[in-house]
Amino acid sequence: MYRPRLIPCLLLDGKRLVKTIQFSNSSYVGDPINTVKIFNEKEVDELIVLDIQASKNGNEPNFEMVAQLASECFMPICYGGGIRSLEDAERLIASGVEKIALNTAALQRPALVGEIARRYGSQSVVVGIDVSYKWWRGYRVLNSGKRKITSWAPADWAKRIAEEGAGEILLNSVDRDGTMKGYDSMLIQAVAKSVSIPVIACGGASDLNDCKKIIRETRASAVAAGALFVYKGPHRAVLINYPNPIQLQELFA
Amino acid sequence: MLTIINYGVGNLGSISNMLSYLGVPHQISGHPHDIATAERLLLPGVGAFDYGMQKLKDSGLIAVLNKRVLDDKVPILGICLGMQIMCRKSEEGELPGLAWFEADVKRFDLSKMEQALPVPHMGWNEAIKCRDHPVLLDLPIPARFYFVHSYHINCFNSENILMESRYGYKFTSAIARDNLVAVQFHPEKSHKFGLTILKKFSEWSYVPA
Repeated sequence: MYRPRLIPCLLLDGKRLVKTIQFSNSSYVGDPINTVKIFNEKEVDELIVLDIQASKNGNEPNFEMVAQLASECFMPICYGGGIRSLEDAERLIASGVEKIALNTAALQRPALVGEIARRYGSQSVVVGIDVSYKWWRGYRVLNSGKRKITSWAPADWAKRIAEEGAGEILLNSVDRDGTMKGYDSMLIQAVAKSVSIPVIACGGASDLNDCKKIIRETRASAVAAGALFVYKGPHRAVLINYPNPIQLQELFA
Repeated sequence: MLTIINYGVGNLGSISNMLSYLGVPHQISGHPHDIATAERLLLPGVGAFDYGMQKLKDSGLIAVLNKRVLDDKVPILGICLGMQIMCRKSEEGELPGLAWFEADVKRFDLSKMEQALPVPHMGWNEAIKCRDHPVLLDLPIPARFYFVHSYHINCFNSENILMESRYGYKFTSAIARDNLVAVQFHPEKSHKFGLTILKKFSEWSYVPA
């Protein structure tokens, strides 16, 4: 039976894997290669790896490390962070990455989305949309690389990049990130119903019921989570975890 | 040596990664000489039908592929678009396919679905074996694979249907005849299920009846 995808979202800070709360306060989780190996053994649906420093520091992706990660992944892997050109995407895809996630680069030059989509197909381009809520202006897209709020309403930006040729949207709520307070269903539904391409909900999951709920309540096609899959218990002890195939089938049945 | 056909389409890196993990000697090549001497072939591909066919034409490999596959009966595995271009034609494009199978490619028909599901069909789904085949030996059941496609094939020779899957309705997810096997899903991204298929394909020696 077909079922929605459940995707661990891992954050790279240099050569370390970290987890953030509201995009800051990052704490160390583990070694990237080891962690990816464990997720591979647990037969995860897919994996998202985002380098959260590359764009901020103006660095290119750590191609060598990404290639090493991809060679451990016998499931689709999506990489984002520091990608600025078609050549960057080519190098990543040649090393075994399935999906290229653009965020800062798409905000700076939306045409890059189309360039990669025409070369490798839409399914290989994911656009990451980070959203923050301010009471005086509502939901707005955040340019995380520049640490600046843009004037884009999330649904309008989603439509724009879908027109450019994006194959998927990774929608991340900055306010919920790492808080484990549940997904922001209002935001997710607003974006998911504005486009026909799949939307991956991210930010705030505390347990598998949150994942089930957001799939039931919104048009999101997949759910991603960070803290949920790397922490266990109220004291946030690092423990890589992921449901087994039977649990997954039951969860979305 | 197994040769992954490089005609400028698709993600060859992940296929190569999995074959390396399995210890299968292989090369990625778009050179006619490497195709002409290959022991077995793998035809990958993602993207649009016409783009794939045009790239294959431009690569100048069609003649040598026809010879190797149809005359020399070299085992070949088609993946995703690689499977679709082995068919006669596609609703997605104008160009004729390689016509190695009596099959056509159709867009997912929302009106035929029990409930409207999003297209592309992207994610994990089950594939059920319709008949035995050396490439499907030892495949764990239920067999789950990663799919990403908006078009699927209609195979007119029911004997060639190898596996079926369900997405809104039942469709053919793997076909085979003689030395040819083709799958809609991505074995290179499908954990132990894909590993098993690629391993068995790399060991399969086709003996003409």
